[in-house]
Amino acid sequence: MTTTDLSIRSGERPDGPPALSRRDFIKLFGAGIVVCFVVADWSTLEAQETRREYPTDFNAYLRIGEDGRVTVFTGKIEMGQGVITSLAQMAAEELGVALESIDMVMGDTQSCPYDMGTFGSMSTRYFGPALRGAAAEARGVLLELAAERLHVIPRRLEVENGVIHVAGHPGRKVTFGELAHGQAIQRHLSGKPVLRSTADFTLSGTSVHRIDGRAKVTGAAKYAGDVRVDGMLYARVLTPPAHGATLKGVDTSAAEAMAGVTVFNREGLIAVLHADPEQAGRALAAIQPSYDVPAATVDTESIFEQLIAKAGAPQDVERRGDAAAGEKESTTVFEHRYLCGYGAHAPMETHTALADVKGGEATVWSSTQTPFPNRQQIAQALGLAPEKVRVVTPFVGGGFGGKSGAGLQAVQAAKLSQALGKPVQVMWTRADEFFHDTFRPAALVQLRSGLDQAGRIAFYDALIYSAGGRSAEQFYDVPNSLVRTAGNWFRDEAQAHPFGIGPWRAPGANLNVFARESQIDVMAAKLKVDPLEFRLANTSDARMRGVLQEAAARFGWSKAAAPSGRGVGIACGIDAGTYVAMCAEVAVDKASGRVQVKRVVCAQDMGQVINPEGAIMQTEGCIAMGLGYALTEELRFKGGEILDRNFGSYELPRFSIQPDVQVALVKNDALAPQGGGEPGIVPVGAMIANAVFDATGARVFRMPMTPARVSRAIAEM
Amino acid sequence: MATIAFTLNGKPTSLEVAGERKLLWVLRGELGLTGTKYGCGESFCGACTVVVNRAPVRACQTTMADVQGKEVVTVEGLAQDGRLHPLQERFVEHGSLQCGFCTPGMLMSAYGLLLQNPHPTREQIVAGMDDNLCRCSAHQRIVAAIEAAAGGM
Repeated sequence: MTTTDLSIRSGERPDGPPALSRRDFIKLFGAGIVVCFVVADWSTLEAQETRREYPTDFNAYLRIGEDGRVTVFTGKIEMGQGVITSLAQMAAEELGVALESIDMVMGDTQSCPYDMGTFGSMSTRYFGPALRGAAAEARGVLLELAAERLHVIPRRLEVENGVIHVAGHPGRKVTFGELAHGQAIQRHLSGKPVLRSTADFTLSGTSVHRIDGRAKVTGAAKYAGDVRVDGMLYARVLTPPAHGATLKGVDTSAAEAMAGVTVFNREGLIAVLHADPEQAGRALAAIQPSYDVPAATVDTESIFEQLIAKAGAPQDVERRGDAAAGEKESTTVFEHRYLCGYGAHAPMETHTALADVKGGEATVWSSTQTPFPNRQQIAQALGLAPEKVRVVTPFVGGGFGGKSGAGLQAVQAAKLSQALGKPVQVMWTRADEFFHDTFRPAALVQLRSGLDQAGRIAFYDALIYSAGGRSAEQFYDVPNSLVRTAGNWFRDEAQAHPFGIGPWRAPGANLNVFARESQIDVMAAKLKVDPLEFRLANTSDARMRGVLQEAAARFGWSKAAAPSGRGVGIACGIDAGTYVAMCAEVAVDKASGRVQVKRVVCAQDMGQVINPEGAIMQTEGCIAMGLGYALTEELRFKGGEILDRNFGSYELPRFSIQPDVQVALVKNDALAPQGGGEPGIVPVGAMIANAVFDATGARVFRMPMTPARVSRAIAEM
Repeated sequence: MATIAFTLNGKPTSLEVAGERKLLWVLRGELGLTGTKYGCGESFCGACTVVVNRAPVRACQTTMADVQGKEVVTVEGLAQDGRLHPLQERFVEHGSLQCGFCTPGMLMSAYGLLLQNPHPTREQIVAGMDDNLCRCSAHQRIVAAIEAAAGGM
């Protein structure tokens, strides 16, 4: 099952962990028992994109130290999603120690093995089982050592709270710390370890408070911007007025004349530095650049035609039966276009980094979801070998996909530090953040579907532009179904978008589910059938039926065709292996078009649940955040110029628009843990659109469903 | 430069600084109190909220001259002798935080709110907290924690 291997050789890849000799390894980790393991099952779309960079050796460690403490080293990062707690819980469970005995070391490229990044709701799904395996292996090693020490066979031993004792003889015992003392045991986990049965779990599956809670309520938790190094300077970087603008010239003389200010102007990076960040800000304001800004050819309204024009040939996501034949059998055909605009990630922490480059080595504290790719980007910018660059990831103040990009702020800080020979912090202003964000792309879905004489869905044909195929797979029992995508939702090679785009919580899925679930309600309304009944009549998928029925029962759904005037709506979807259904009750002010969501009830089947409290919290967060893309958030722009540059005009969901939210987890312990950080956001838009239709009889096809758009839909009825 | 004397988290403090400097950057810089966060710089988000003379204010808009002779409390000053303030305890218990970046501002806005109105209704809590933004969307749990803490303060 395992091999004992006392050297680590994995430094052959340029961005892999540095090769370590046994001596280095022991120096790095101290004495103890170490289990290295591989997280192997990276099977989602995002994973495939970067898979070629993934090592085959190992990508996580777990150590039992001489003090009995257990340390988990992982390249994953904590940005609020709570893996610092759920991963610790899994390790504690499998090892048989208290949660308090676990230390998590995350996102430090020096002590943690390579990891491609934290995104795609994958940490618990894929990392979790591997971590459990390693913990089980460590437990096996400890039991062998204890058996020798206590002169019994391992089977006679029991583990409790970091202590191993002989069954029935609690006095004949030895602690993990005592067993690890003076050891230098390293195991490589391969093959399938024997895991404890979920029935024996005492910790996993129970709710625990976040292990980072205390640090975060006392102000002690450190984020990248909170790290202080002697002699550090604060930099402010010049941001152009528009994407596509070219610098014609710049007058930095006024800034240079200011006391204590350093001006940097090289290779397109213009920055000012000062020991006081406010002074740096004043110096930046004194810089006078002149730009050529190309004339705007697209804006917030006209972008959709450009997306279609530049999309290229569609690719199949899924093809079932013959959509054209299904259309011929249809007695009613429905054709609608569903749209959404650009969205900002808007984490409360702007992109921040502190770089200290000296003696040909760099240490960079960075707010990033991808510390290892970040290291590569920094190394390249500095002309250093990757092993000379250490990226440390303190707590990240929200990411949502927005901190998985180019690590631009870290590269800026590193370049400035290298040039000046001093530690440099770059903390983007909110306006910088709104400029450099890789926005959720504007996108649209052209959807055609038909009902046959019996009222069954005879065909379904979705052509998705610029959103990708996530959560677009057909789970309704449609004999003829075609789902295609065209255009890109990241890596915009066709330059269909006027600025950078990238993944935003459940990329593309929010629009895809909005389109499908709105269209389902359009068809149900035509048939004058209750929306829940129509869904149940058209899907035999047991997990989907389960969440639909659970959500409806908890909501108190009563049967009626829409529009009933009550303002209730339902929608469902599948994302990251998790099934989710939710119902809402809304009030629509017909005069202003303002929508107030009063309550939401959600049912989710996410397989085995490690920390129910954490999972419910994530789902509540999904619903509350979903209100933004559904109702308020839309980035306005004119060509490459971003018009919304702070929260005064870009409206995040706030306290007063929050509904009462209830989340129920549907028990499914037979299935390994599925995604938790994103599924709950995907049906929110459709659920609200369906509820607005139920309230008013008006259908809104474009998100966000602003008061103006809702009013227009009502007026056009 | 001016001498600004004020009380910071219960301790008399005196600093030689320009009066127009913003409290946020002095707290995070010279005073080493990095719990108070920069989120937007224009008072829209509330991440930098601190309590001055028992009222919540935005540290990004407050100058050092503004706090001359006043009592300033930051998130670091809420716990006493290592014992968490009831608001902090309830935030942990209710899971009222995720990434934690807005949390200091949320706590200080809530603290200021409860100093002014020790027994707010749910509607008053929502109204009092409405200009504090939380992107992870812990709103419902923040309101629940404030309600629970109001009873025990």
